[in-house]
Amino acid sequence: MQDKIHSSYKQLEQKSKYTNMFLRWFLYFVLVVFAFYFIFPLYVMVVTSLKTMEEIRQGTLLTWPSGLNFDSWLVAWGGRGYGAGDTFLKPYFWNSIKMVVPAVFFSTFIGAMAGYVLTKWRFKGDKWVFLFLLFGCFIPYQAILLPMARTLGVLGISNSVIGLVLVHTVYGIPFTTLFFRNFYVSIPSELVKAARIDGAGFFKIFFKILLPVSTPIIVVTIIWQFTQIWNDFLFGSTFSFGEAAPIQVALNNMVLSSTSVKEYNVDMASAIIAGIPTLIVYVLAGKYFIRGLTSGAVKG
Amino acid sequence: MKTLKIEELSKNFGSTEVLRKINLEIDEGNFLVLLGPSGCGKSTLLNIIAGLETINEGNVHIDDYNVSKVEPKDRNIAMVFQSYALYPSMNVRENMIFGLKQAKVSKEKIEEQLEKVSKFLQVDALLERKPSQLSGGQRQRVAIGRALVREPRIFLFDEPLSNLDAKLRVEMRREIKKLHQQLKTTVVYVTHDQTEAMSLGTNIAIMNHGVIQQNDTPENIYNKPSNTFVADFIGSPSMNLIKGNLKESSNKVSFVTRGSNIEIPINGYDFKEKSNLDSREVFFGIRPEHIFFKKSNEEDFEINLRADLSEYIGHEQIMTFNFENQEVLAKFPSTVKIDLSKNTKLFFDLTQISLFDAKTEERI
Repeated sequence: MQDKIHSSYKQLEQKSKYTNMFLRWFLYFVLVVFAFYFIFPLYVMVVTSLKTMEEIRQGTLLTWPSGLNFDSWLVAWGGRGYGAGDTFLKPYFWNSIKMVVPAVFFSTFIGAMAGYVLTKWRFKGDKWVFLFLLFGCFIPYQAILLPMARTLGVLGISNSVIGLVLVHTVYGIPFTTLFFRNFYVSIPSELVKAARIDGAGFFKIFFKILLPVSTPIIVVTIIWQFTQIWNDFLFGSTFSFGEAAPIQVALNNMVLSSTSVKEYNVDMASAIIAGIPTLIVYVLAGKYFIRGLTSGAVKG
Repeated sequence: MKTLKIEELSKNFGSTEVLRKINLEIDEGNFLVLLGPSGCGKSTLLNIIAGLETINEGNVHIDDYNVSKVEPKDRNIAMVFQSYALYPSMNVRENMIFGLKQAKVSKEKIEEQLEKVSKFLQVDALLERKPSQLSGGQRQRVAIGRALVREPRIFLFDEPLSNLDAKLRVEMRREIKKLHQQLKTTVVYVTHDQTEAMSLGTNIAIMNHGVIQQNDTPENIYNKPSNTFVADFIGSPSMNLIKGNLKESSNKVSFVTRGSNIEIPINGYDFKEKSNLDSREVFFGIRPEHIFFKKSNEEDFEINLRADLSEYIGHEQIMTFNFENQEVLAKFPSTVKIDLSKNTKLFFDLTQISLFDAKTEERI
């Protein structure tokens, strides 16, 4: 009797072992398929950007390039050197940098301040203020294009990098405030009380006590804002043209305006160049991103 | 001159009344504990003393000076918090001198204070560490140190021990007591733990629903609770409150319960007012530790009660008896053997009883 039960357990054990193995291999299979699915377009982009036009015409999408040929990258970045009609990314890249750095800085700073006030210096109606700020996260940007264009016109900063900085700062504040508020909620208010008894004022408490512990959420906010602003096309194409355009708009113009032959290799190189800064930000700060997103949940 | 005086203080959050007409005075060097269940307003009261909350009505005086509208930093107080509230980005040294630096105290004076206090609290070896590198007990010490360096007139403690584990809590409790004995600074201490309150306080103010129920010495709080709330709140298990009536005949008062022939004589009791006693509805209060299984003195009242339940807790046992269908708890050494479901001879120590009016629930 005992033996019988024992052996049937053995059988069950064996069976579940096979089931587990099958499921595991199935899981790997699915993961590999998805990995290919995601990496494939990037592969095509990189490979195409390294080919000459000749190679592109003769081979297929997947053909390996004959060598490391960075000509199309140089053309995408610096142009061919002839005058009119030669669009290349370099000046617009700097436009984007000039736009994204101040816009990220101001929106993050203002969001941090707002989050600080909404959690540590509560006032009557603060919940309503926060609620209205949240609306800013949900407004479709198409809806505010016209009023914003008018505002920029009145301020005399339409079609300028400064104008774009303003727009991106304003529309970043709802998100940055939300991030910082949720982070500061988890920081004990007793810290603020202790600092007040110690004689620190509003700004001193913010800069000396709260800001030094805010690194994770600052990183999250910077990544978020940088990605949003760098990749923005709508505001860029609406509120700027010609020389003031940011890189995404220039990329679009470049790809669409080529008159004669479609230069796929240059297009691909341009697209990659336009995407590199966000990649760098993710690589440098990615580990903080995950930490920051979950930091509100568990009190350290 | 009172170190701290609170007059007719009221506070509401919106329509919720948190504190109602609080009056409180502390003499120099006393240790006042604000004790009560959560939500009774004790922490709010402490925050008001600190100046962290505004007042709706009434005044707070420190050393006869009305500080009701004075900033926390100018009140000459220091506060220790439940979560320690050490500044996470600063090391122990910076944490402790932050307040002095804000107050623009001279460098030499700051160093002198820091050295004195950190030696005194034995944190001088930890000065360069960050709060995250300290144990709970060390954090608490540093938090106390940060309060000490300011040499305040009044120390405010907001449940400082409730984040510590049981063993450390007892240790730190003794250290706070020693600290107070040595420094003799006035202390206001908030807690919901009655053992902490009893062992630390020279005075205990018991609060409930924003009202001070009794402000007295620990002995009086325990022996002469002013109402049923205090009687019930202090002691573990809490005081037995047996419902019944008083009977007065030929100048002798006794306690009877309806439908029973048990009559407990009330002779030595110190009535507040000895009138209108006959047939008055009352609670007869006796603590579990004042019920004995053998006669302790001549006055003891002998009674036979049925044992229903026994709870063994190591050094003692808590027995539940049936007194005319009301539960009566008694505390005995665990070595005493008592049979359940049988009548047991018990002795009530009548010198230790309390009587409360059944309607007003006040001590009579």
